[in-house]
Amino acid sequence: MFQNIGEILFMFWRTLLAMPQVFRQRQKVFEQLFEIGNRSLLMACILSLFIGGVVALQSGPVLVERGIGNALGGLVGISLAKELAPVMMSVLIAGRIGSAMAAEIGSMRVYQEIDALRTMNINPIHYLVLPRILAISVALPTLVLFAILVGWLGGGFVSVVNHRIAISFQTFFSNLKEVVEVKDVINGLIKSFVFAVMIGTVSCHQGLTTIGGPRGIGRSVTKAVVNSIVLILIADYYLTRFLLVIDHD
Amino acid sequence: MTDAPTHSIGVQVRGLRKSYDEQPVLKGIDLKIERGEVFVIMGPSGSGKSVLLRHVIGLEDPDEGEILLDGESLRITNVAERFRLAMVFQSGALLSSLTVGENVGLYLAEHRLKKPDEIDRVVTEKLEFLGLRGVKHKMPSELSGGMKKRVAIARALVIDPQLILYDEPTSELDPLSTITIGEEILALKERIHVTSLVVTHDRDLAFGVADRIAIMSEGEILFTGTPDEVRKSQHPFIRKFLTADFKFNASSQSA
Repeated sequence: MFQNIGEILFMFWRTLLAMPQVFRQRQKVFEQLFEIGNRSLLMACILSLFIGGVVALQSGPVLVERGIGNALGGLVGISLAKELAPVMMSVLIAGRIGSAMAAEIGSMRVYQEIDALRTMNINPIHYLVLPRILAISVALPTLVLFAILVGWLGGGFVSVVNHRIAISFQTFFSNLKEVVEVKDVINGLIKSFVFAVMIGTVSCHQGLTTIGGPRGIGRSVTKAVVNSIVLILIADYYLTRFLLVIDHD
Repeated sequence: MTDAPTHSIGVQVRGLRKSYDEQPVLKGIDLKIERGEVFVIMGPSGSGKSVLLRHVIGLEDPDEGEILLDGESLRITNVAERFRLAMVFQSGALLSSLTVGENVGLYLAEHRLKKPDEIDRVVTEKLEFLGLRGVKHKMPSELSGGMKKRVAIARALVIDPQLILYDEPTSELDPLSTITIGEEILALKERIHVTSLVVTHDRDLAFGVADRIAIMSEGEILFTGTPDEVRKSQHPFIRKFLTADFKFNASSQSA
């Protein structure tokens, strides 16, 4: 992955330069948005419902034992908004959408469809990469927003029904409202936007550089997913530090 | 051939060399293809024919040498874009996510050269030109190999090409479909006077459509001439290539 970082950045730069083509490619952007957003929404909601529930289940009893059970709403709220929803959704989307992007573009490369585009003077960056990166950059933060809200609901539900926590829905959400600020949610959305660009760029690059037959496509898909997840986790650390510095300023 | 309309273009290949992983694939190719002629490059699999074709259309950059389209080097920026070049790939290379009609009209739609209803008309016309009725709304996966090749030719024709490159146009096709494709190549020469460069190892196709034939082996051009001159060539490799068949192999093995 790291030996190709220059190529990946160059492809991203070419995609940025192609931005004026967005209006012309709007149909493909909408198709990709539907593919990424609509088809992943249910999965994202289920995943985040349980993530919120698990965070409440793990931390709730500990807080309650120490007499600070009322702080559970804030804890679940902050951890979901700033960390868990952006990272978990990005990992989910890297697996679901990054793999699909690498497989589709990779098979187009292997079966000479990309060469056919080039012979028609159709730039694969404009035709294939730009709509995908743009769509995932819009869809992932939107999914994360849903995931945050559903995750909070999951956390609140577990806090109410679990007998070792047993705090009211109102207590949970009043504390959440007190602790979580709009900027915390924006913080998570910024992270997810950066992760989305990374997933889109890495997966499209992997697809475009696929060589060999079906085995090559399989290799590209694996690389796209693994590299995206590794990059997400590394970038998460540095983004968190960066956003904390901004936060304190 | 020289009186062909200026619609078609000539191609010149000068000292073309290309290696992959230090393995030479093209070892100094020199060719001249006249305007409006059907030029066939024939040779066994792995002789570098398809690589040569990919260089002519600008999909690969040579290590050495150059390709001239109507006297202008492909190395100069935008030369390939100034001429209308089209390529019919071995697999057809139709975009599997688009319908046949969308594939054929892709060039016009992406470059906004015509309005959607005009594109639709042109697509229908080109498909009918190639005897493909009622396939416009089908997906490429629903077509036979021969139909895919003809759709690929229809897609190439939409560009109104000055030069068409065919990469193994009859591979994987039955003899009847092979004849149909051969007839299409000749019909295009007659009707739109396009220059055609055909890469194949199919001897029947080569002798059926070619104005001139180049025989290629191991990255080198061994012989260039008219079909009759090729037939009369005494070059050992060409004799072997042209006469090889099951009977020949059986007798040579028993000997």
